[in-house]
Amino acid sequence: MENALTSKQLLAKLQAEHYAGAMQAKKEGKLVAWATSICPQELLETLDIDVVYPENHAAAVGARKDAPQFIAQAEGKGYSTDICSYARVSMGYVDIQHSEAENIPLPDLVFCCSNICNTALKWYENLAKTLHIPLVMFDMPFNHTFDIPAHSIRYMRGQIESAITQLEEITKKKFDYDKFGEVMKISTETALWWRRATDLGIHTPSPLNGFDMFNYMAMIVCARGKASTRDLFKLWHDEMAEKVKLGKGPWKEGEELYRIMWDGIACWPHLSVTYKTLKQYGINMVTSTYPESWTIVYEQNDLDGMARAYSANYANRNLDYGTGNVIKLVNDFDLDGIVYHSNRSCKLMDFRQYEVQRRIEEATGVPSVVFDGDQTDPRIFSQAQYETRIQALLEMMEKNRLAKQRGDWK
Amino acid sequence: MNSANAIIESLCEKAAHPARTVMESCKETGKAAVGCFPIYTPEELVYAAGFLPVGMWGGNTEIKLADRYLQGFCCSIMRTNIEFGMRGVYGKLKAVLLPTLCDTLKCVCENWKVAVPKVPLIPVVYPQNRTLPSGEVYLREELERIRTELSRISGEEMTQSHIEAAFALYENYRRAMRAFCEAASTHPKTINAKTRHLMIKAGYFLDKADYTLQISALTEYLNQLPEEPCAMRVVATGLLSEPVGLLDILAEHDIAIVADDLAQESRQFRTPARETGDAISRMVWRTADMRGCPFLFEPEKTRGEMLIDLVRAHRADAVIAFQMKFCDPEEFDYPIYKAELEEAGIPLLYLEVEQQMDSFNQSRTRIESLSEMLI
Repeated sequence: MENALTSKQLLAKLQAEHYAGAMQAKKEGKLVAWATSICPQELLETLDIDVVYPENHAAAVGARKDAPQFIAQAEGKGYSTDICSYARVSMGYVDIQHSEAENIPLPDLVFCCSNICNTALKWYENLAKTLHIPLVMFDMPFNHTFDIPAHSIRYMRGQIESAITQLEEITKKKFDYDKFGEVMKISTETALWWRRATDLGIHTPSPLNGFDMFNYMAMIVCARGKASTRDLFKLWHDEMAEKVKLGKGPWKEGEELYRIMWDGIACWPHLSVTYKTLKQYGINMVTSTYPESWTIVYEQNDLDGMARAYSANYANRNLDYGTGNVIKLVNDFDLDGIVYHSNRSCKLMDFRQYEVQRRIEEATGVPSVVFDGDQTDPRIFSQAQYETRIQALLEMMEKNRLAKQRGDWK
Repeated sequence: MNSANAIIESLCEKAAHPARTVMESCKETGKAAVGCFPIYTPEELVYAAGFLPVGMWGGNTEIKLADRYLQGFCCSIMRTNIEFGMRGVYGKLKAVLLPTLCDTLKCVCENWKVAVPKVPLIPVVYPQNRTLPSGEVYLREELERIRTELSRISGEEMTQSHIEAAFALYENYRRAMRAFCEAASTHPKTINAKTRHLMIKAGYFLDKADYTLQISALTEYLNQLPEEPCAMRVVATGLLSEPVGLLDILAEHDIAIVADDLAQESRQFRTPARETGDAISRMVWRTADMRGCPFLFEPEKTRGEMLIDLVRAHRADAVIAFQMKFCDPEEFDYPIYKAELEEAGIPLLYLEVEQQMDSFNQSRTRIESLSEMLI
């Protein structure tokens, strides 16, 4: 009786089933794919390919503090300490194949989409080459213009067709377009419930604690095309909507005093300290760029729309779009501040961060701080630096609040 | 001999002083310059628009202004380009072309628009699925867009015959460069590691019509000379073999670069165009035919195999990887080709480089160790 479960329990159950299901599929000789987090999974789901997501796996391994052995293994083979730590964990896992934190089966094929970064492309090339397996590449050209250009959409549309042919050859199955339509429909519904749920952070106090969102994110990454995931997000939404009705905030104890946005990936190995430092000052992360990232919404059977939706991921778009998006979050979520994670793994986010920060501050007056960290390599983060930066942010937010109360807020 | 020496001397001088060389080239040709970021740009279209395409491969300078946009863990070529841009070094350029071939380049594309607003930016977005029919169509449309942008900046329509003529010139240039590299590989005394690099680099600041004549004359001269011995023969791989101080160390130890897989050098010209089709089609197909480049998607990853072939074809003793610090695409390829070279029994020397390096002691020790091991 899934309905009797809370969304938190259901999340844990679905996550466990996701990983166990993939291991079982491998055991039964079924095809397993590794895929990037915001790829058109609809194609794989339609063909009943079991998919696991190395980014999610690396995050889980990182959060449970088991990343160093995989990172060391990869670096021993010549992977530079400067490249993405998800990739280093993943390449290390290919050799070691066991983690106390979480296990995934090795893939029979890899499916890569460049809308998150070019790094994924290199990482997946290496997986395919090392494991001697096919690679299905989905290239989404970088959008340096605000809108997605028409010729890019035609190119992506062409790739959907090529990918289907390639996947039919790999699976030796005929692609079922009726099922594809159904998966598209469910995927969009899932994305919408994800968005509705995370949008509830708009309320003051927010029923959403952003670090919970990091947890729920696992399923929007790993199983967007499944009805069970859609139902999970609906349940999560309903629970939080109930909290809104009752005027309940994010925590059982403690009041939400300040509302911030977190920019960038979580610092998984230091999740607890990054969370608790904020919470002790009543600072709640009510949103981030993640709700938008998986708002992949398009009409059923509209392949151009699907291509456009995937290409529109903010990491694949220009600064004007990224800035406008954050300004909207500042206003919609009534934010007091922003924390930017300068994540050594993610050059695509880092090398735009300074300019984004300046523009947001100029447009909104909302203060912000940057701290150094990494998504899975525990060596970069410094607790002392993080605490100092958060205290600085707190001071600025307090100052702004007083100014607001005095009526001289600009 | 004298005229060949004069060419060598002149090209060395020109390569060592990019700003002055570009200014002189503009004066001599009457053309305005357009900057071309690494790794690949459709230079043929820049040339067809009546501009002088010039390379923008950074340089050794102190980084101050670029810190406003790029953290310290960003590739030094890109930090330098933003620094030069903000400092006004590129002020005379009519535009710059920038390919978004890696995550850093995507960010630099966006930062350039605000950091250097006076120099218009034309982004070039190559398809990574460049061998698919949809990828070819896309690249054709992308090149047509760039053609339109360049025509708008020049104020004149770029005709088909302009493009055909420019493409033919660039094919000649590429052919001449391949021939030069072959000739240089057997004459490491006349063309040592540093000279070889400077001969190739000079082409980034000169009109290709004039440069091709000079490099061809030099090749002809080299081909008349008897083969020259050297202590060690190596294949270079990576983005570029700078700072040149490293090449001085190679030259001191009589180590010759007999072939390269460098982005600034052979990757630009090693792939010939197909014989048929109009110029734009041939540009599209040439992109589709390129292999072994870390910036272009290739699931087979033939770079290691290609390096092994280069070593064997040129009777090289080792491979030197000039690893530009913080260059992700190069860093991802390294463990793969390292394992392949090891399996083939080919020694590999890894040199981590940055454009702002001012001390070569560590590199010197590593080069000397390689030299002692093999000689």
